[in-house]
Amino acid sequence: MANIFTVSKLGYQIDGIEILKNIDFTIEEGEYVTISGPSGSGKSTFLRLLATLLTPTSGEIIFEGKQQNDIPKETYRREVSYCFQQPSLFGTTVQDNLAFPFEIRNQNFDEQKAELALESVDLKSTFLHKNITELSGGEKQRVALIRNLLFTPRVLLLDEVTTGLDADTKEIVHKLIENLNQKKDVTILAITHDESEISLAHRLVTIKDGRMAGVTQ
Amino acid sequence: MNLIVSPTALMFAIVLVVIALAINLKEKIGLEKDMLVGVLRAVVQLTIVGYVLTYIIKVDQVWLTLLMVLIIIFNAASNAKKRAEGIPFAFWISLLAIGVATITTILLLILAHAIKFTPSQIVPISGMIASNAMVAIGLCYRSMNGSFRDQRQGVLERLALGANLKQASKAIVQNSIKTGMAPTIDSAKTVGLVSLPGMMSGLIFAGVDPTKAILYQIMVTFMLMAATSIGSVIACYLAYPRFYNADMQLK
Repeated sequence: MANIFTVSKLGYQIDGIEILKNIDFTIEEGEYVTISGPSGSGKSTFLRLLATLLTPTSGEIIFEGKQQNDIPKETYRREVSYCFQQPSLFGTTVQDNLAFPFEIRNQNFDEQKAELALESVDLKSTFLHKNITELSGGEKQRVALIRNLLFTPRVLLLDEVTTGLDADTKEIVHKLIENLNQKKDVTILAITHDESEISLAHRLVTIKDGRMAGVTQ
Repeated sequence: MNLIVSPTALMFAIVLVVIALAINLKEKIGLEKDMLVGVLRAVVQLTIVGYVLTYIIKVDQVWLTLLMVLIIIFNAASNAKKRAEGIPFAFWISLLAIGVATITTILLLILAHAIKFTPSQIVPISGMIASNAMVAIGLCYRSMNGSFRDQRQGVLERLALGANLKQASKAIVQNSIKTGMAPTIDSAKTVGLVSLPGMMSGLIFAGVDPTKAILYQIMVTFMLMAATSIGSVIACYLAYPRFYNADMQLK
């Protein structure tokens, strides 16, 4: 399999403080890799650099053989989808959120597709019209997740999305991710401390003090 | 009707300022310095403007009238910039927004024969339009700064989903335009019920038939609505991209 990402000598500094240094990393198409490491070690920064939400101060990121910088940002971010640890839903209803991915692609909202997506994370189709203030933390996280998945991306970057979720919700999210990886060949790169999630992945990468500290197959 | 306010009458009016000052001092509100500066500036600025206007109306030169309009727009823009709290190029954005709003509205009014190109009409009406546009744009900036701060995570999410800058900022821009236009819309709704606005009151004071004064006020209401919406839309659409860097990330 070809590498979907090739990262070399990647570094990121802010206000003279080095957050990430000299990261070399590759991930193959369809691979499922988890990242762990102590908090403040630069894991989220690494994912945000891959998502173009931050710009590297050194090194390079190659996505599908092209320099990350050469790809228009909107196109790139639709292919490489980043999910936040504490997502915020916008607008008033769940539908406002699920309609957004259609809106930015100038497409009409496909209600059936949105309902199927809700069902894939064990939420009833009637959720579509629910006010976002009525949702629990776990429900919000699931809505945010399917918002990223209505149009299947090539790569899914998950920033501790299951942290703080109850065991049942975690299980639902894990199944969804596994399904995406195995059936739709979506490359997954997930920051997690969850042992059950780590066991699902092909590889575990550890980041410590802004450096790659090890790889476990 | 005698419209001259005598110096003695003005002296008595100062008593009103003293009352306001006394309340302020007793309640320790801390606005006494601002109030005094405000009163002094009003007296000095209005006196100067009075003489300048008298001169401009007397000489009736096109270039001088236009220069006066430009000065008004320039001052309005530099004042609107103060509300921008660090939005880059705020002065130039405000200048363009207030300039286009004022000039378009005035041109339409002239073309419709609602006003004539004479300094006695152009200068005060430009001032009215520019000052309303200035207030609206100031409110837009304040709302935009607040929203980009409070809704930072929402904007980040939209960007991460692959939205372009316009799509990511749409809700904030719409809300800022609404905020900017709210005072104009509110005053249009309550005109005549709450306040008898300046233009109409002035004409009635000067002895014009109230039904005729109303026609002018209706024109002013329409004109201000057009000007504040043109100004707010231009300012908001030029300002929102300044919240992002070249890599389409929030600053």
